[in-house]
Amino acid sequence: MALLEVKDLEVRFGLRSGEVKALRDINFTLNRGERLGVVGESGAGKSVLGFSILNLLSKPGYIAGGEISFEGRNLADLSAEELRSVRGNRIAMIFQDPMMTLNPVLTIGEQMVECLLAHRKISKRDAREIALQKLKQVYIPSPETRLDQYPHELSGGMRQRVVIAIGLLMDPDIIIADEPTTALDVTIQAEIMELMLELCERNNVALILITHDLGVVSQVTQKTIVMYAGRIIEQGPTKEIINDAQHPYTQGLMNALPQMALPGQRLNQIRGAMPPLQRIPTGCAFHPRCNYVMETCKHNLPGFTRSGGCQVACHLVAEMKREEAAQKKAEEV
Amino acid sequence: MIAFLIKRLFQAIVVMFVISLISFSIQDNLGDPLRELVGQSVSEEERQALRDELGLNDPFLVQYGRFARNALQGDLGTSYFFKEPALEVILKKLPATLELVFGATLIIVLLSVPLGVYSAIRPSSLFSRAVMGLSIIGISIPVFLTAIGLIYLFAIELGWMPSYGRGETVDLFNGWWETGFLTGDGLLHLVLPCFTLASIMLPLFIRLIRAEMMEVLQSEYVKFAWAKGISPRRIYFLHALKNTMLPVITVGGVQIGTMVAYTILTETVFQWPGMGFLFLEAVNRVDTPLIVAYLIVVGAIFVITNTIVDLIYGLVNPTVKLAGKK
Repeated sequence: MALLEVKDLEVRFGLRSGEVKALRDINFTLNRGERLGVVGESGAGKSVLGFSILNLLSKPGYIAGGEISFEGRNLADLSAEELRSVRGNRIAMIFQDPMMTLNPVLTIGEQMVECLLAHRKISKRDAREIALQKLKQVYIPSPETRLDQYPHELSGGMRQRVVIAIGLLMDPDIIIADEPTTALDVTIQAEIMELMLELCERNNVALILITHDLGVVSQVTQKTIVMYAGRIIEQGPTKEIINDAQHPYTQGLMNALPQMALPGQRLNQIRGAMPPLQRIPTGCAFHPRCNYVMETCKHNLPGFTRSGGCQVACHLVAEMKREEAAQKKAEEV
Repeated sequence: MIAFLIKRLFQAIVVMFVISLISFSIQDNLGDPLRELVGQSVSEEERQALRDELGLNDPFLVQYGRFARNALQGDLGTSYFFKEPALEVILKKLPATLELVFGATLIIVLLSVPLGVYSAIRPSSLFSRAVMGLSIIGISIPVFLTAIGLIYLFAIELGWMPSYGRGETVDLFNGWWETGFLTGDGLLHLVLPCFTLASIMLPLFIRLIRAEMMEVLQSEYVKFAWAKGISPRRIYFLHALKNTMLPVITVGGVQIGTMVAYTILTETVFQWPGMGFLFLEAVNRVDTPLIVAYLIVVGAIFVITNTIVDLIYGLVNPTVKLAGKK
């Protein structure tokens, strides 16, 4: 059985102007120790997906339907108290901006110890000892003194290491990392990513990595989900998606990488912008920006088509697969 | 910390100098002290002689210099009316006022924190809406109206509370401090004036705490605290409240000082024998030395409370390093 199985997840925002669907038809599974990348432009719903798993959506967002089954329990159904015993314990989160994630008026030690005491019946002294061990694991120099320091006394990279250490405190099964390196210096980014990869591998922790950095995804993850306007449009093994993206949107993302442009040339970009959730186009939401748009794309929502190990929601890919199959049949005959 | 205090002391000296200069310079515009001092039947020559004797005909700077020299030795002049040192007259009335302010502060702290926090956590609940609505009304009603309303309801109609005075008091520190906090009668006399005085600041603080708290609850570190699975109580009352209180402490310190000044109205309505009441009498009697002394004492209270508030702020907020603190 998969460690985490998300089925038909739907998230809505109850705005004054009406309900807005932020996530629709989200289906994926995550196995123990597996690393999953979630990519897409800003506004695609990546972070909402990350927060909805632990039901940490801030108002007015809420889970409107579907199942988030973790070790056989549906997280969407749990009471606040039951959910609390999962949060930070079995599933931990790492946030985007380490400058904002740690409480400025509490010491690093207090913020670590409280998490341990919330989930385990141990003494403060033991909790402090565990916190110290975790700080060592994330290679923080002189961890003993760090415990009594406040967040503002640490650099951004150090703070993100502390946040990772907090994520690891309870030896969770899953870590959800929401753009853990976006707010950091480029040189620090690589260090932090390497550290996360190392820790996940060593402790057999599953990782959901939310990012718009395809380079990081290709280095760290085994599976990838590409999101657009609240839906998954392509998912499959990271290698296949990186090397042979099928969906025009994914291709556009790959093409937009700076290394895809020649020196002196303008960087490639996908024309247009992500539509706001209140005005998602009919049919395939990507059609107004797609270079290969067909008539059917404007009216019909594409279903998933298998392509190698991937699932792709695109009419064009579906048509190509149909032609391919027809040709194969013709050859056989 | 010591360095901080020394720095503060120098600032205080400057502030006190400015306050004394301003308060001393307005005394000529308050009216003729002689009229109150000697009455109608004294001839103009005698009046002039008395003016010379009091030094009222000297140039301003000479008068101020004399005043400042005496003030540095603790002599803020002699009250024309009481014929006693002005500072002593005021210090005798100080305990009554400070107890009033203390009581009001206690009410504000004890009520504004829970009400503000609750209405921030459950902004759409009926109770929160009621609190917010009442606080708007509270802000808009002037103090003297609140006072009269409270007296009418609790002292006249219901007869539960006395309507004026301090009631029975107990002498402390060899008579230096008369307190109303140690007798039942004294406490009963404190209730209405304290609530009246608190009524100005209480709605302001409820709204301030609510607004700050709501902002803090949206912050990333509070979200992260939820993600860690710690208890809601700890999130609200440690993670959120501690950050909420930072701006509240700053505003609060200034407001306590302001409240000392606001006592003038409250004390007048309740015939409270404190500094504010004394000040109003002094103004009516053109008792200029007493007026100047009052302004200086209130200025000093402002400086002291602000220093204490800065010290507390430094303790709560680790990112603030008081000069000289490790």
